[in-house]
Amino acid sequence: MSDTIIHLNKKRPLNLRWLLKMAWRDSRRNRGRLALFISSIVLGIAALVAINSFSDNLRTDIDKQAKSLIGADLVVASNKEIEPKMQQLLDSLALTGDRSDEVRFVSMVFFQASQGTRLVQVRALEQGGFPYYGAIETEPQSASKAFREEGRKALVDHTLLLQYNTKPGDSIKVGNSTFEIAGALHRIPGQTAMTATIAPAVYIPRHYLEETGLLQKGSRINYYHYYKLPETTDADKLVKKLEPRFEEAGFGFDTVNSRKEGTGKAYEDLASFLALVGFVALLLGCVGVASAVHVYIREKLATIGVLRCLGVSGKQAFLIYLFQVMAMGLIGSVVGAILGSLIQLYLPELFRTFLPVEVTVAVSWLAILEGIAIGLVVAVLFALLPLLTIRNVSPLITLRAGVEHLTSQKDKVRWAVYVLILAFIFVFAYFQLNTWLRALAFTGGVIVAFLVLALLARAMMWFVKRFFPVSWGYVWRQSLANLYRPNNQTLLLTVSIGLGTALISTLFLMQRLLLSEVAIAGSENQPNLVLFDIQNAQKEEVARVTQDAGLPLLQYVPVVTMRLEEMNGLRAADVREDTTLGIPDWAYTREYRVTYRDSLISSEKEVEGTWQGTVTNPTAPVPISLEDRYAERLKVELGDTLVFNVQGALVTTVVNHLREVEWNRVQSNFLVVFPKGVLEEAPQFHVLMTRTDSTAQSAAFQQNLVKRFPNVSAIDLDLILQTLDDILGKISFVIRFMALFSIITGILVLIGSINISKFQRVQESVLLRTLGASRKQILSINAFEYLLLGALAAGTGVILSVAASWALAVFSFEVNFVPDFLPLLPVFIGITALTVFIGMLNSRGILNRPPLEVLRREA
Amino acid sequence: MSIILDIKDLQKTYNSGGHPLTVLQGINFSLQAGDTCAIVGPSGSGKTTLLGLCAGLDRASSGSVILNGVKLDNLSEDERAQVRNQYVGFIFQNFQLIPTLTAIENVMVPLELRGERNVHRQAMELLERVGLAERHDHYPTQLSGGEQQRVSLARAFSNKPAILFADEPTGNLDEETGQRVEKLLFDLNRETGTTLVLVTHDLELAEKTDRIIRIKGGTVVSDQFTSSVGNVQR
Repeated sequence: MSDTIIHLNKKRPLNLRWLLKMAWRDSRRNRGRLALFISSIVLGIAALVAINSFSDNLRTDIDKQAKSLIGADLVVASNKEIEPKMQQLLDSLALTGDRSDEVRFVSMVFFQASQGTRLVQVRALEQGGFPYYGAIETEPQSASKAFREEGRKALVDHTLLLQYNTKPGDSIKVGNSTFEIAGALHRIPGQTAMTATIAPAVYIPRHYLEETGLLQKGSRINYYHYYKLPETTDADKLVKKLEPRFEEAGFGFDTVNSRKEGTGKAYEDLASFLALVGFVALLLGCVGVASAVHVYIREKLATIGVLRCLGVSGKQAFLIYLFQVMAMGLIGSVVGAILGSLIQLYLPELFRTFLPVEVTVAVSWLAILEGIAIGLVVAVLFALLPLLTIRNVSPLITLRAGVEHLTSQKDKVRWAVYVLILAFIFVFAYFQLNTWLRALAFTGGVIVAFLVLALLARAMMWFVKRFFPVSWGYVWRQSLANLYRPNNQTLLLTVSIGLGTALISTLFLMQRLLLSEVAIAGSENQPNLVLFDIQNAQKEEVARVTQDAGLPLLQYVPVVTMRLEEMNGLRAADVREDTTLGIPDWAYTREYRVTYRDSLISSEKEVEGTWQGTVTNPTAPVPISLEDRYAERLKVELGDTLVFNVQGALVTTVVNHLREVEWNRVQSNFLVVFPKGVLEEAPQFHVLMTRTDSTAQSAAFQQNLVKRFPNVSAIDLDLILQTLDDILGKISFVIRFMALFSIITGILVLIGSINISKFQRVQESVLLRTLGASRKQILSINAFEYLLLGALAAGTGVILSVAASWALAVFSFEVNFVPDFLPLLPVFIGITALTVFIGMLNSRGILNRPPLEVLRREA
Repeated sequence: MSIILDIKDLQKTYNSGGHPLTVLQGINFSLQAGDTCAIVGPSGSGKTTLLGLCAGLDRASSGSVILNGVKLDNLSEDERAQVRNQYVGFIFQNFQLIPTLTAIENVMVPLELRGERNVHRQAMELLERVGLAERHDHYPTQLSGGEQQRVSLARAFSNKPAILFADEPTGNLDEETGQRVEKLLFDLNRETGTTLVLVTHDLELAEKTDRIIRIKGGTVVSDQFTSSVGNVQR
């Protein structure tokens, strides 16, 4: 007989139609189980689709309402008085169009009705056409015009009116002048609800500004010029042409397009961050899918073995189950996309505080298709890991159930899938973050988190097995043994619960850390009230009034404003021309607030050089001290020469000393410090720091101060802290809302995993009950196992979150990392308890049935 | 008559805890088309391993298996699957019906895999032959053990196999049902002229075949034609 008498058809057709039919038939009896797999990815997709739909709509709305973002075609801003030469240029721009001018500065105002004082942003607006696009929304509506046309009238931010129990018709005192409140300001082009929270505005007519007496030399005043250009003028081209002159003069400018880009980018950054949070939920769901498919395939091994016996090839068997997973991924993604589209209806309300435009709600087909595609790809990628096993299932399993059913060969495809998963995460992160480095950091973070949790789970299994406490009671021993029994869920539960915990705790820690940075102001013996804009002539009197009120003079420093003119002979134009110098533009354009004194203060530490407190040689360059990080950014070293323009007078200085400054200490800290003996005669104002013991004391003192010194402003740090708390609260609510998707996904994965292991638990519990174990013993075994799993996973998640918060604090927010462990305890306890609760809820059904019924049914 | 199964110097060795464990060695026999043969022996003697090797479910460590003219030794798992689909039928002790498919769908699978036409009609005819046409749309869990084994018989004969391997076909059935299944098995075998290889503990069943191969300790201890007197070593 010859070796091969009958030739085999080497290229067997795959018979796709039959495979699809088989996939459909085989799934029929498992649809309930498959639905559970699907639920794992639904929320991740919903989060992505909701955020992306919202971003799409926001982009469209920003485009539609772009002009009302700034209310003009061009805005030019300056923080110093305009020189005559530049004034001519500014005037010439308005020749063919229209211009409205506005002067902005911060000042105290006094509400007559409630006798309250408050630091606000005063905006003196000229009687011009601004806003040229969009409208000022006021209550009553007529107030938007009335305040500029009908005498001494002011528009006051509606939140201020509420806060100070004041209504239209009441009076407000700004500096030396009193205005009638024409109405409550709700919205004005160019301002979001958020900016109104930080610096609530009071608008007054421009021509009453002089009367207020608030425009004094040394005051920090910003000048805004709003232009309406002729239809034929392209604002961007015009700006491009004028850019060098604007920059030289230190002018800022904004066109509709630049604002649109800026606004769009700011919100896209936020949306990208939130999309990443949603993506983490999806990844978490995919871990659930992979695990569910793993168990599903294990249960299908017998069927696969039979199919192999009947002549199905490894590839065909693999495809039957791949099609099922694809269908599952598709259904999950479609359900997620529908849910996401519904959730986005709520998002404009959620983001209202931060939005510069009214966002319309519309179905974004792009976001939906993107979400479905991502869901499908990521579900299949993760499911491929267990699915690949199918190709190697031996038909021998039909003859011997216990036999090694997998042909042992090293699988290169498996490694390819790992690479694909990482590539997918990386590419997704890149599209959201737009930089390779951040995408790499995100991918790295995900890998590290997964690896740490997976390794820990394995280490625990090894540890329990290796050092098994044989002397412990039966219940405890059985619980511990469950952790490493075949087909255990230890790895999956640790990863999913741990990852969810890490995410929640990180958000929590970061919020607290950022708040604690400012909360220092509230701590004892630290100043909590800052008075500034105190003129030279008022210095002694303000000090006396403060002391008379029983308040300490914690710090009283002079401030001189100046600009940098030259740095080692390099002027602003030289630096702009030669970008290789790496010196930032702002070094020349910013206004420096400088103090002078003869010694260092407690928040400063010497780094390098010699501090010379008093000038000894008036003809030599002035020896100054710079903050070390500032010097680094300016690429300045000891001995370098800087020329400052002190309100018209050029002063040559030499860097003689570098300091490290603790910025988070409530002190008046400075980048540049002059020695005594140079700036005493320069125009200056003074800053006084004091501490009040109560809100009432603070309010009474401020009220008295504003009455006597209308130009002096007070910053109540407690109020700032409250405002910041409010803003962070709003931001963290948005983040928590997104994190909720991860948490619920985590819970779904948890329920899914526990449900998957139910079959084994049924067998074990029934066997134990048959052998005489009581309900209480079985419940204790299960409870202790879940307690161990939950505690380990939640504990690791909390530790990971501390590491992540450290990285975020140090590298991203550049703040000192002082972890606050106490609030993590409830997170740890809560998640551990939730794990035990869900686990026990699932076990209840097992115990309520008689052993025989269960044995028969499961058999 | 042509040789349908030719086994030469078959040996199977497993790796057990780092040590080689030989479960079959020096197995030689051949079967003519249409033969019926029983492989008997005590538990652990290697009879199921031998069945797996003969049917192309596993690969031998040495020696050769030629099934219906195809040398299985160097074929890949997928090529052996193709051989099984074309020439082999199986009956298992625990029936091995696919639980998610109905009775008729279980019978249709081998036909569909071969790309045949009118598979539904062919499968119905086979179910009628085993007396289960009425229950064609029932799932395995809705059928009794005997009924499941009859569906399994219909499936085994659906691709008109050249050779049928049966592993303890009545091992999980009560006596009466077992006898009914046995009768059906031999009747179908006769009608189709298929070669039948049975692995069983049941000597009564074994004696219904033409030939009994006894295995002990992984080697053939006797090879006996039930109609002849004395051992005939082939």
